[in-house]
Amino acid sequence: MSSVGNGDGCCAGGSDGGQRHVLAVDDSSVDRAVIAGILRSSKLRVTAVDSGKRALELLGLEKKDVSMIITDYWMPEMTGFELLKRVKESSELKEIPVVIMSSENVPNRITRCLEEGAEEFLLKPIRPSDVSRVCSRVLK
Amino acid sequence: MELGSLQRRYIDFTSALFREGFLDNQYTQLQQLQDESNPEFVLEVVTLFFEDSEKLLDELSRTLDQQVVDYKKVDAHVHQLKGSSASIGAQRVKNVCMAFRNCCEERNQEGCLRCLQQVRQEYFLVKSKLETLFRLEKQILAAGGSVPVLW
Repeated sequence: MSSVGNGDGCCAGGSDGGQRHVLAVDDSSVDRAVIAGILRSSKLRVTAVDSGKRALELLGLEKKDVSMIITDYWMPEMTGFELLKRVKESSELKEIPVVIMSSENVPNRITRCLEEGAEEFLLKPIRPSDVSRVCSRVLK
Repeated sequence: MELGSLQRRYIDFTSALFREGFLDNQYTQLQQLQDESNPEFVLEVVTLFFEDSEKLLDELSRTLDQQVVDYKKVDAHVHQLKGSSASIGAQRVKNVCMAFRNCCEERNQEGCLRCLQQVRQEYFLVKSKLETLFRLEKQILAAGGSVPVLW
């Protein structure tokens, strides 16, 4: 089905012809719904979870299936940075691109995340154009 | 009300919401994501916003009512409310949250209580406006018309 929105379907289909699967992590129910909506309008399959812990559980089960992780920075128990570190430290998961989102523009936070291997750091509120840009670069 | 007037009313009402700063471009971004495969997207997101915000407002009341106020907690709640209001484009709520965070930083209890009152006011205002908007959309669709697109 075609979308009437800004989503330009740039990210449709992996090499196996299937939909790319993105894992979205955010403790805010509102932001989870927004990011899922944006990703789905780009014809991506989305699983949205509310914590780093749940994200790691899912990655333990479906890692081969996940093409990208997009996570909020500030979450209770495990921050997006900590999740990023765990992913990059894992031999099985480290190839998965990780994008960090945050409502706060803190330069050394951004630097730290990028140095730790994040693909990109997006400022909230997230816009469809931000996601399109990241996806077309990350999900080739 | 006949379809034409409903649609005109919708256009006037929506334009005013943006003009008066209740909603900003982020709301428009969400509207643009709504399509046949996701026909209730905006309503779903806004409903989550209503649920989240009312919980946060209750928490804020409770936290500010303590003998010894935990400003870190207050700030965390306001941060969350600021985030979700920004995500749906509820501009006036977001702006009050920004002032609210300043009061938290200054550990100004009176200031915080004033901000709470203000944010509550702005929240219920935008809530009622959005509910009116959704009601108008429903009426237009029920009358067999399509909702005017203002972007």
